[in-house]
Amino acid sequence: MNSSTLRLWNITKVGLKAISRNKMRSSLTMLGIVIGVACVIAMVAVGSGASKAIQANINALGSNFIMIFPGASTTGGARIFTGQSTLTADDASALKVECPAVRYVSAGVRTGGQIVAAELNWGTQIMGSDVEWPLIREWNLSQGEFFTEAEVKAGAKAVVLGQTVVDNLFPNGEAVGQIVRIKNVPFRVIGVLEQKGGNQMGQDQDDTAVVPYTTAMKRLMGTPRIGIIYVSAVAPDRVSEAMEQIDGVLRQRQRIPPGGDANFMMRSQEEIASSASQMSKTLSTLLGSVAAISLLVGGIGIMNIMLVSVTERTREIGVRMAIGAKGRHVLLQFLFEAIALSIAGGLIGVLLGAGVSKLIAKFAGWPVDVSMGSVLLAFGFSAAIGIFFGFYPARKASMLDPIDALRYE
Amino acid sequence: MRDHVIETRDLVKVYQMGDTEVRALAGVSLVIGQGELVAIMGASGSGKSTLMNILGCLDRPTSGTYLLDGVDVSGLDRNARADVRNSKIGFVFQSFNLLARTSTLENVELPLLYSESTLQQRERHERARAAIARVGLDGREGHYPSQLSGGQQQRVAIARSLINDPAIILADEPTGNLDSVTSEEIMALFQELNDNGKTIILITHEHDIAQHAKRIVHVKDGRILSDERHEQVRVRGTR
Ligand SMILES: Nc1ncnc2c1ncn2[C@@H]1O[C@H](COP(=O)(O)OP(=O)(O)OP(=O)(O)O)[C@@H](O)[C@H]1O
Ligand SMILES: [Mg+2]
Repeated sequence: MNSSTLRLWNITKVGLKAISRNKMRSSLTMLGIVIGVACVIAMVAVGSGASKAIQANINALGSNFIMIFPGASTTGGARIFTGQSTLTADDASALKVECPAVRYVSAGVRTGGQIVAAELNWGTQIMGSDVEWPLIREWNLSQGEFFTEAEVKAGAKAVVLGQTVVDNLFPNGEAVGQIVRIKNVPFRVIGVLEQKGGNQMGQDQDDTAVVPYTTAMKRLMGTPRIGIIYVSAVAPDRVSEAMEQIDGVLRQRQRIPPGGDANFMMRSQEEIASSASQMSKTLSTLLGSVAAISLLVGGIGIMNIMLVSVTERTREIGVRMAIGAKGRHVLLQFLFEAIALSIAGGLIGVLLGAGVSKLIAKFAGWPVDVSMGSVLLAFGFSAAIGIFFGFYPARKASMLDPIDALRYE
Repeated sequence: MRDHVIETRDLVKVYQMGDTEVRALAGVSLVIGQGELVAIMGASGSGKSTLMNILGCLDRPTSGTYLLDGVDVSGLDRNARADVRNSKIGFVFQSFNLLARTSTLENVELPLLYSESTLQQRERHERARAAIARVGLDGREGHYPSQLSGGQQQRVAIARSLINDPAIILADEPTGNLDSVTSEEIMALFQELNDNGKTIILITHEHDIAQHAKRIVHVKDGRILSDERHEQVRVRGTR
């Protein structure tokens, strides 16, 4: 080692010794950074876990998936309900016939309701759909069958239950063939949907019941209009082609000139995915910045303690200067102390943050995702905070006049 | 070594306090040779500490020149003065000024931390041990200042001032915080160091202490009032 690196190393040791001499204060100072870094890690983990889960859910819709909503306007990109739905079942059938890029079409309505079995009852989401709906959603049945075209036409009182509904109404699992009542209308259970599992968003997809849309409109809701049309394109790379064809057909049927405001709106899986990722990015940024503020507060804590420490050790600084320490030696000593404090705090914070994330995943059941990126970011940030907030007190120390410092009481 | 370790000409130090000027030094010319033991005396506020700060390169004179070891140091900047203090001057203070919760060995080694030398840890320890032995504190290397008596603490400070083998040792009231017996012991140590060739300048209020020097300089109102050599009173070996 040459003389200047040797001296640098020795001055580093002086800074480290000061930390170990005042363990209680050092750990309290570190606590701010520990909490800040742990917050960043945990918040970013929750944020990115949530967005991964959302993406997974949306991807599960299938890449051919398109939804058509009625009563939409293009005003500022915001969807506005015009009160009355404008889509009919005939529109849905027309799409199937007239759009070559469309494979499956299902009209749909959604409502909620109480399902009553012999002595149990369960509130759930009730979906009215057409026969191709399971094909569009790529959702198979575990028991029984889905309803047929004839049953849809006839408005049959048949229902297919999600696994959660079965679990709650038929604890013994024997659902198919039983009679349940929805809004006082008796329905026969003809099938059970396969469990989707992994309800990543805390939203249970299996908590649903599906009936023919005709039955739902007539018996359960009393509306002549449908609420949504589900479509799947013939192939993922023909989604936009399908959307163009759908647009053309619907405009023609609704007598809307090209370029005029449409009274329906389409969303492909890709579009839903991108708007959701936009949303989760906003969420992550929000969580991240809350955490960053706490890290900043931790940094101010370090600055505060270092300022106190410089004042307390004015005499020591004077002695060091009298015997030959230059301003930069004193600066480095205090800067190292601050950096060491914040890096140690950062390390502990990373471990704590990862631990907390695991606990959140375990007990709250939220999806979390501790990324290497956030660990490096938080760690680097805490080191930077040490430098930034340690610099001012260290500089203050280095600018002291040795005579004044020696005289300081 | 040249004959004159210290040579000042017309040192003036003016402190500006708002509208009023305080002339702490009003033209001090002083020559101190190699191997002298000088006591500087004077009433409170006469400018002794101000002179000492300038001789110790802690401060710069407002005007006048100061040659230390033949080199003009009156115009040096902060960093250059730090180097001079580190290599040429040993300080001993009234209140010892040791680092708390720091062992004797580390306190004595401290100046080496800031010196240009490339000593390895082992050599630093060796030199510090030698200095500690020289002030009669062998065996106390691991003690903290709080575990030492005032006299012992001042010995540690003297060992620290010796570590870089400086041209002069400056002591500002080194016995001011000590009882008379301990003061005598410290003076005996200074005399011993001086016998071995160290140039020592000490400030004191006490006549008894000053009598142990070979030369006494009286300061009044920032000027030298008298400067006389006399027969040194030897301290009987009490160590
Ligand atoms: N930093 C300063 N600012 C203004 N005036 C000062 C400063 N330092 C010293 N003085 C003034 O200079 C004069 C000489 O002060 P100095 O400290 O040198 O006296 P001294 O001889 O050491 O006194 P004592 O024996 O009490 O230590 C005093 O009048 C003092 O008030
Ligand atoms: Mg004084």
